[in-house]
Amino acid sequence: MNIHEYQAKELLDKFGVPNSPGGVASTPEQAEKVARSLGTNNLVVKSQIHAGGRGKGTFTSGFQGGVHLCKTANQVRDIAEQMLGKTLVTHQTGPEGRVVRKVLVSKSVEIARELYFAILIDRATSIPMIVASTEGGVDIESVAATTPEKIIRMSVDPLYGLLPYQTRKLAKLLGMTSTEMRLACKLFAGLYKLFIRSDCSMVEVNPLVVTKGGEVLALDSKINFDDNALFRHPDILAYRDIEEENPREVEASKFNLNYIGLDGNIACLVNGAGLAMATMDIIKHHGGEPANFLDVGGGATEQQVTEAFKILISDKRVKAILVNIFGGIMKCDIIAQGIINAVRAVNLPVPLVVRLEGTNVEAGRKLLNDSKLPLLAATDIADAAKKVVAAVK
Amino acid sequence: MAILVDKSTRLLVQGITGKAGGFHARSCMEYGTHLVAGVTPARGGEVFADKIPVFDTVFEARQQTGCNATMIFVPAEFAADSIMEAVDSGIELIICITEGIPVIDMMRVKAAMTGGKSRLIGPNCPGIITPGQCKIGIMPGYIHKPGKVGVVSRSGTLTYEAVWQLSARGHGQSTCVGIGGDPINGTSHLDVVKMFNDDPDTEAMILIGEIGGTAEEEAAAWLAENCKKPVAAFIAGATAPPGRRMGHAGAIVSGGKGTAAGKIEALRAANIEIAETPADMADALLRRMARA
Repeated sequence: MNIHEYQAKELLDKFGVPNSPGGVASTPEQAEKVARSLGTNNLVVKSQIHAGGRGKGTFTSGFQGGVHLCKTANQVRDIAEQMLGKTLVTHQTGPEGRVVRKVLVSKSVEIARELYFAILIDRATSIPMIVASTEGGVDIESVAATTPEKIIRMSVDPLYGLLPYQTRKLAKLLGMTSTEMRLACKLFAGLYKLFIRSDCSMVEVNPLVVTKGGEVLALDSKINFDDNALFRHPDILAYRDIEEENPREVEASKFNLNYIGLDGNIACLVNGAGLAMATMDIIKHHGGEPANFLDVGGGATEQQVTEAFKILISDKRVKAILVNIFGGIMKCDIIAQGIINAVRAVNLPVPLVVRLEGTNVEAGRKLLNDSKLPLLAATDIADAAKKVVAAVK
Repeated sequence: MAILVDKSTRLLVQGITGKAGGFHARSCMEYGTHLVAGVTPARGGEVFADKIPVFDTVFEARQQTGCNATMIFVPAEFAADSIMEAVDSGIELIICITEGIPVIDMMRVKAAMTGGKSRLIGPNCPGIITPGQCKIGIMPGYIHKPGKVGVVSRSGTLTYEAVWQLSARGHGQSTCVGIGGDPINGTSHLDVVKMFNDDPDTEAMILIGEIGGTAEEEAAAWLAENCKKPVAAFIAGATAPPGRRMGHAGAIVSGGKGTAAGKIEALRAANIEIAETPADMADALLRRMARA
């Protein structure tokens, strides 16, 4: 799940992580009010959308830039007026762009040094790892590629947590003075607490800055959560912004279906994440393009399968559907009944290729045959891929 | 002989009174697995399927039935605790089927298990089967045949696919191990590959991986140095877009790491035959065996 920058700021505040003062606004008047409350002439207004590249983006109105520096509260109001309710296009949004519904108004700080600081779970060792660098404010992957010696890595024992001496060592490795270190230790400890208590999969601060006034601030933060743990964080779940998500993905999530939209024209309905990925791979191998990833899971019900079908055919680019089921938990007769019901309910507009194998496969095949539905049966996964690719050609 | 489970395995099912737990406990029993006990807190004293005693705690089940393996079907919120309970009771082999366990819970479980005697398979896995002897998991038993090919995989349904292809070509399996799709799991590809290498009944292996992480690369490096048995591999997710999590919590390509191309290159360098598509897994192994 993704959250907005202003929501990340709320979490930083909650865990005592210093960042630049500011507030969120939904109207130009609110934006002006926030600006006045900050008591400074160094202000910045940022469009709140779930996509990067905002600063260099363009509004469909022609207004340039989703991030603006301002000198007065009146100017903040005028800029917010240009952003709110308008559509911002960046290199990450696609040509349709995203509607800006909120702006973050904050104090712009004078930066002395830009650093990088992140916490994630290292898969190789299965424990938290801190990644830091003196080279902040730039793409960390390119720093790692060109100057790997500038990447600091430090493991954290999950049973002890991040210890105070480790925070001091990190500050020193980042070239901080004694005074800066004292501030940074508090910030690092707060970030680690945020990471663990909120079940994050990653917290990335880029840049972490030392200001000309000697403050240490988390200037821009990206926080990702472990979706499996959201059940115990209703406060974070409340941050979900459905307006920012693919409508088919939202619909799928209502029925506990794992759907990810892609750009092709062959829809897939598969059980199991590995087989779903492999089905996409084999479609591509035979010259087709998958329209989605869809894992109906281990224990899908007939209703889930019916809903899954409705979601697939709501994508108007879809020219054919491939159902690939290997039944373990999932029984083939349940899938077959779901397919039959869905096809009858929605009057399927495109060719359907079905490949069933596994538990109760005979019952499943019989149901499909007896239904007299126009579908192409496939004998194995390669046959299924070839038939569905041929169907869209 | 096979690895990890056989006719002597005495199975406990944690969460046996649940719908999925009960269904699969029965199906394992019908396959011939020696099911000796079930555990569901506050349901102690009940009897499952007319003969299997249900206990409140794993500690009691272990003491009274001598169970040495457990299959966990407990909901995700409580599953980490159930694993730890099995560890505390000295259960040698813990197979956790539950999917959706928070990563931080698993991180603590793994840290606490370090240096202990229990082995964890999963979580978020289909389980383990030694065909003709013992099935602990949710796989359809009838597709398997006793034989000489070891199969290890992160993905359940892809494992069934490989087994199906092998059985159809007359090649049975020694043991099939589903290690699970989560980023933190108990037993890695490498751990299983080492056991297959030491097992005289396993003459060849199929290794099925997915994008994300570096487990497949680690197994490949070890195989290149230590293994003379023929191995074939398939990596799922070559066409998955970077930055999107494809179902399994582990299946994500980020920062250029964990790509299918990188894994395939590492496996090829270890003289492992690559299945180009999921339909090619058994044939890839037969090609590798032909040039062995």
